[in-house]
Amino acid sequence: MSIELKSGVPEGALNEKWDNYKAHMKLVNPANKRKYTVIVVGTGLAGGSAAASLAELGYKVKSFCIHDSARRAHSIAAQGGINAAKSYPNDGDSVWRLFYDTIKGGDYRSREANTYRLAQNSTSIIDQCVAQGVPFAREYSGELANRSFGGAQVSRTFYARGQTGQQLLLGAYSALMKEVNNKKVELFPYHELLDVVIVDGKARGIITRDIRTGEIERHAADAVVLATGGYGRIYYLSTNAMNSNATAIWRAHKRGATFANPCYVQIHPTCIPVSGTHQAKLTLMSESLRNDGRVWVPKKKEDCKKDPNLIPEEDRDYFLERKYPSFGNLVPRDVASRNGKEMCDEGRGVGDTGRAVYLDFRDAIKRNGEDVIREKYGNLFDMYHEITNEDPYKVPMRIYPAVHYTMGGLWVDYSLMTNVQGLFAGGEANFSDHGANRLGASALMQGLSDGYFILPYTVTNYLGMNSQELLKKVDTKHPAFEEAEKSVRDEIKRLISVGKTGKRTPNEIYRDLGNVMWEYVGMARDEKGLKLAIEKIKELQHDYDTNMMLNDDEALNTNLQVAQRLGDFLELGTLIARDALHRAESCGGHFRVESQTPEGEAKRDDAHFSYVAAWEYKGKNAEPALHKEPLVFENVKLTERSYK
Amino acid sequence: MEHSAAKKMKVRLKIWRQEGPKAQGRFEEYSLDDVLTDMSFLEMLDVLNEKLLKEGKRPVEFESDCREGICGTCSLMVSGQAHGPLRGATTCQLYMRSFKDGELITIEPWRAKAFPIIRDLVTDRRAFDRIQMAGGYTGAKTGPHADANAILISKELADRAMDAAACIGCGACVAACPNASASLFTSAKISQLMLLPQGHPLRKDRVIGMVDQMDKEGFGNCSNLGECEAACPKKISIQNIAIMKREYLKAALSADFREGLSE
Repeated sequence: MSIELKSGVPEGALNEKWDNYKAHMKLVNPANKRKYTVIVVGTGLAGGSAAASLAELGYKVKSFCIHDSARRAHSIAAQGGINAAKSYPNDGDSVWRLFYDTIKGGDYRSREANTYRLAQNSTSIIDQCVAQGVPFAREYSGELANRSFGGAQVSRTFYARGQTGQQLLLGAYSALMKEVNNKKVELFPYHELLDVVIVDGKARGIITRDIRTGEIERHAADAVVLATGGYGRIYYLSTNAMNSNATAIWRAHKRGATFANPCYVQIHPTCIPVSGTHQAKLTLMSESLRNDGRVWVPKKKEDCKKDPNLIPEEDRDYFLERKYPSFGNLVPRDVASRNGKEMCDEGRGVGDTGRAVYLDFRDAIKRNGEDVIREKYGNLFDMYHEITNEDPYKVPMRIYPAVHYTMGGLWVDYSLMTNVQGLFAGGEANFSDHGANRLGASALMQGLSDGYFILPYTVTNYLGMNSQELLKKVDTKHPAFEEAEKSVRDEIKRLISVGKTGKRTPNEIYRDLGNVMWEYVGMARDEKGLKLAIEKIKELQHDYDTNMMLNDDEALNTNLQVAQRLGDFLELGTLIARDALHRAESCGGHFRVESQTPEGEAKRDDAHFSYVAAWEYKGKNAEPALHKEPLVFENVKLTERSYK
Repeated sequence: MEHSAAKKMKVRLKIWRQEGPKAQGRFEEYSLDDVLTDMSFLEMLDVLNEKLLKEGKRPVEFESDCREGICGTCSLMVSGQAHGPLRGATTCQLYMRSFKDGELITIEPWRAKAFPIIRDLVTDRRAFDRIQMAGGYTGAKTGPHADANAILISKELADRAMDAAACIGCGACVAACPNASASLFTSAKISQLMLLPQGHPLRKDRVIGMVDQMDKEGFGNCSNLGECEAACPKKISIQNIAIMKREYLKAALSADFREGLSE
């Protein structure tokens, strides 16, 4: 089957496209809605909100998550906020400006129409969440409060202390639980997707494993939505949760869904630095801290080990303020990360390892008082204190970049459907809206835009368009289910059988993979390193296939889950390296050493790379096929992204 | 600088092992010699599990996810204290520097009838989901709503609602309570939605529904011991329980419920 990537962007002016889509979409009449089953995998912001909203419309929804509860998805960890073009502060914001900031922040590598729709939906999201009782921060006037985030010169970020993701997720979760109570949603906690079942070219179900008991199950449906998050944990150390993984999207990829822009990985500038090999994850310090914190390193190398409070003002290099006077400490994440790394590479990094820069609140505390800073960031300061045993009210924080978010993901058209009919992807799992770099406070916005305000329409349209075929129900006895279940069972058997004699633990191989990815496919990439990475991953794949130990237990067995996810990460790692290798330009989070301006900024090559790279799976050891969706810019002018 | 470099330490561990929900459990002892004071408690358990796997033994099953104190997944009783000795912190935020060199640390799962053990230190906390289902929402559907600033909420109320909303649903309150009561968890959600005007249309149904479900799940009653508040990693106030009781009484005595109109 040849793959043709049609973006399906509707006709009309940019600000009319989404209205045009909704005006002409197919509907499903209320009495027929209950005849359709939609599977939603993942209960983060995108999945939880999609499942709740689809159920409210009247569909039968089956909602799956790997946790004990739908409330624990990793969206919960987002700290700083959610963007919306409400323009409450009256500072010149608009839908256009949010769209423009997002597309520029993404270094002109996203689809105009999708990004514009995201900005349009942003205002409804805030109204929706307030209606759900999300306790956003408020001013004394009783109105909603806003703060600033990177890559923007307006204050458009809404927040709930440092727990915005948690509060938005609990809003979506409460709506979901309401529908569980209404018997419209059937909830499957502790369930991990291990395969997608495709019948006659359409997604018709999934195979899951109950992680408590090891039971393998088949679930049939008329459409499948994957909202299973990103693949940042491929780097082993990242800010992603322990259970975040790429298995669902990778297995969909193996069943035919193309994977877009895998090399676009976001490395967040403000994380607590690595302290030892025992670590399994890193902790993010919210970008909102850059509102008040100033980033610096000593001017002189010999000062790096000194007490920072004793380094006088004239010996400090506030390098972001110096290099980017108009955005200062609030440059986008990729720019801040790369500059931090450069300072450390120059030998001006601080802390025991020399891989850290300071984020200093001294001036803000002097200006506003400790109480004001505590009110804004208290929980983040406490978290930092607990982890590092240092008091950030007294000594500057030490921060270093860490993998945080993946802009790449399953390729989707304007309706968020992959190239596999009936298989949708929402939230971080798709590649859609952020181009090559995501701006802060935009992930929550996208997750909820996809789940509340896009998928309920587009899934309806798909069901309406295909009603004749879909109303002929597919049974889980269908040979496609048999085959998928067998492949899942065989894989587990193989892992356990090799595991009896293997000598390396899953975590050892995993950590090695993370090191290779960070070293060669991390913040700065070059041809030699990327080719080496592919070779090194091959060796790790060999270890994985022949020499990995595993406890022989098919019930609750965390190592078995790690092992399964690792298998997918190994294959995905090669694809990320290949994608990075083929994209011989720098853009956003993808920095190719060979492509930079004389000042060391990322240098795009619009003539050759203004496209989405969507990869087709061709087998475990085969070269994937590259498909290109050209990016057409009718409304914004491509310029060199400048924050100076 | 205040930072003191990590030191090595030894620990002895007494850990609850239980094959499955119906199996007989028992304590087993382990010791680790190369623990760093800068390791988190869960990283220390990761080290133990790697060691057990290499020795051909079954690793200890425990749950964790975000490892930054917000997802509510981790749930260990550490030497008799829910989430360990540190106040206002989850197990994943606990660092080995809180323990003495050579200390014997006992690790158990949450103990409550309503939280059956799945394996080792992993319990089934879905009872919390069912309490949430019974009314923990405003009822607003997806769709167009009034502009967010059309509802003015004083900063004080918004802050109080946020204090209650900060609950992470970990279950430490239940584990710490001698009665295994879920009152702190349940009341936090009831308070949040009582404080905000958006929660008012379903106010009575919510408190009756959630409290009744809490009882059905087999959680005990609150007898004002305050262990829950002390163990709560998010420092949720026990005042919420007072609010819940008042709300319950008001709802139960209101005309609608007395006459069974709301059934």
